[in-house]
Amino acid sequence: MNRARIATIMVKELRQVSRDPATLGMLLVVPLFLLLMFGFAISLDVKHIQMAVLDRDRTPSSREFLQSFLHSEYFDLKQVLDRESQIDGLLDEGRVLVALVIPKDFGRAVGNGERAEVQAIVDGSNGTTAATAIGYVQAVAADYSQRAFVRSLERAGVTGMKTTIDFQPRVLFNPELRSANFLIPGLIVLILMMTAVLSTTLSIVREKERGTMEQIIVSPVKSMELILGKTVPYLFMSLVAAATILATSRLLFGVTVKGSWLDLSVVTLIFLFGCLAFGVFLSTISDSQQVAFLLSSLLTLLPTFILSGFVFPFRNMPVVIQAVSYLLPGRYYLAALRAVMVKGVGFQAFGDQVLALLVFAAVMGGLSVLRLRRGK
Amino acid sequence: MRTIRFIIRKEFQQLRRDRRLLPLIFLSPVLQIALLGYAANMDVKDIPLAICDQDHSVESRQLAASFLESGSYVASVYVPDAQSAERSIEEGRSSLALVIPPGFGRSLDGTKSAPLQLLADGSDSQSAAIGLTYATLIVSRAQTARAAARLSGLDPRVLRQVKSVRVDPAVRVLYNPTLASRNFMVPGVLAMILMIITTILTSLAIVKEKELGTLEQLIVTPITPRQLIIGKLAPFALISLVIITVVLIASLLLFGIAVRGSLLVLYALSLLFMLSSLGMGLFVSTVARTQQQAMMISMFFFMMPMIILSGFVFPIESMPPVIQAVTYIFPLRYYFVIIRGLFLKGVSFAELWRETAALAAIGVVVIGASVLRFRKRLE
Repeated sequence: MNRARIATIMVKELRQVSRDPATLGMLLVVPLFLLLMFGFAISLDVKHIQMAVLDRDRTPSSREFLQSFLHSEYFDLKQVLDRESQIDGLLDEGRVLVALVIPKDFGRAVGNGERAEVQAIVDGSNGTTAATAIGYVQAVAADYSQRAFVRSLERAGVTGMKTTIDFQPRVLFNPELRSANFLIPGLIVLILMMTAVLSTTLSIVREKERGTMEQIIVSPVKSMELILGKTVPYLFMSLVAAATILATSRLLFGVTVKGSWLDLSVVTLIFLFGCLAFGVFLSTISDSQQVAFLLSSLLTLLPTFILSGFVFPFRNMPVVIQAVSYLLPGRYYLAALRAVMVKGVGFQAFGDQVLALLVFAAVMGGLSVLRLRRGK
Repeated sequence: MRTIRFIIRKEFQQLRRDRRLLPLIFLSPVLQIALLGYAANMDVKDIPLAICDQDHSVESRQLAASFLESGSYVASVYVPDAQSAERSIEEGRSSLALVIPPGFGRSLDGTKSAPLQLLADGSDSQSAAIGLTYATLIVSRAQTARAAARLSGLDPRVLRQVKSVRVDPAVRVLYNPTLASRNFMVPGVLAMILMIITTILTSLAIVKEKELGTLEQLIVTPITPRQLIIGKLAPFALISLVIITVVLIASLLLFGIAVRGSLLVLYALSLLFMLSSLGMGLFVSTVARTQQQAMMISMFFFMMPMIILSGFVFPIESMPPVIQAVTYIFPLRYYFVIIRGLFLKGVSFAELWRETAALAAIGVVVIGASVLRFRKRLE
């Protein structure tokens, strides 16, 4: 390897990028812009569930029952209905998620201590949201029953039976259960991955398409030198992008880094190098920039979004697909990010991830060198 | 008309010359839907629960069993003490841990309240939040059952005044009774794949000629901008028609999700969606100076925002108003409503006219803008 030759290629790359300020800006500023936009936009919290109510009973009991829904932050009363026939239309149009029907004898049943049944009709199309909403409906009903029961005990003068179980849930790592702490690391992975892969995926194929590849081939530059010269400048740029978005997620989204910043930098550096090398590899196997673009988008965008554990838990995936997910660098980087940022654990807890990222980077770098050599 | 046909033929020849392009275009959507459709599953079931029963009483066993019988949890590990339970969460092997301290069963029958601890892994806030909701429900039911059982020991005269109130919601789920998130996600994945492939197809179409210097040759010919844009768009529209057919058949066969609405409406609106998406790609192509720019613009300003902000998993209603306003220009947003409505709810065209109009409007605007942009370049 010849350092001077690598430097020459790096200078040439940098000169090319600086001549194209739009691309440069996109590599440095757009990651931050995307994090800001997505970070403020996304959440998985199910709150303010739109609800319609048909109260056939219209007694103080039924009104109290209804109030206990509205007092929680989970339900918003969208519409009060007069007829059952209105329900289907509302759900079809997606205007409410839950329709609650309180039957005529509700008040009497509650007063007599009998079992009262209310009806909840739920739009199940988004299974996850629906499951959460059903959980809330059941929790509100259970809570109402419990309170009414305690009241009747008090009226009867029975004491000492109020609470039998002292339930103490405790949440580790993210006590307020802020979904930002869960989602922001996922966004960082997706954004950095796309920026890094796209910044190198055209590097070789562009020279092929323009016919400048022949000149490089006849020059004394070795494949390894060419690849390093083409990756290192972008490594610096992606590192700048990574630093900005990590700082922003701390300043604006309050996602603090509980672990060590050194661990974080090391794992980020390895991940970025792997992604850049992956981009180069795709570039060496493509015949046109269009194919390179197609390959890199298809292999990174949706797979990273869906298979890296960003929102879809691995435990729900069939075994074959879990196996595929082990091929994705995003999976390891996300696990490492969550470990170091949210859990605040050290290297020993995510050593496997770092190792996997190193292997990925080495394999991608090696494959690109081999492909280039064959091309010569 | 002959000129347009000429451009179309030229485009097809170019497509065929790149050996890898056509197989990629037709095969990758099928592969992607097979892979990602099975993966995009947010069902809240089988949350790994560490169980630490230090009480070993009938009551503690009953409580642990009621967690496992609910279907939301599976026992990931049985541990002897609270420290090991916490460690199991730290190592990511359990999302929740149920700790039943010694004396739990005994204090249930006394007047003291029985302590019960639940640990949750907040770094996966989604599973933790839902896991906690269900846990609270299970505990409160156990509590009510316990209290009702203890009532029998009371003086019958007092007992007559106590009302054991119990309100039970009878839940009826419409459209997707098993609450399988797959039925919601597969149409979404399908829509995203269509969007990505169509945007990529056209986003380099014009800028490629610019970069390779063949655009000058086109400019000196008597082809008008409109003819050129139509000629560039038509082959891709044909390809899109094939893709949508293949992808729809694949997802119907693979996932056994039947289309409840009209297949014709689905087909027609999918084509409309793909046209608007092809148009967006084409517009990018007329704006960009190099293929690299075109690639980055379409990725960072179209594809990524669309997959995150169109309501695939993150509900649009919970976004800040400014961002909600931005989502109105995304064709994918409307197509999600269309495709999910047709797959899950079996809605008719009458309920989708707003989305259809929006897609048509976006298509006309972006294709019109491409023609205008291109005209300027010719001068």
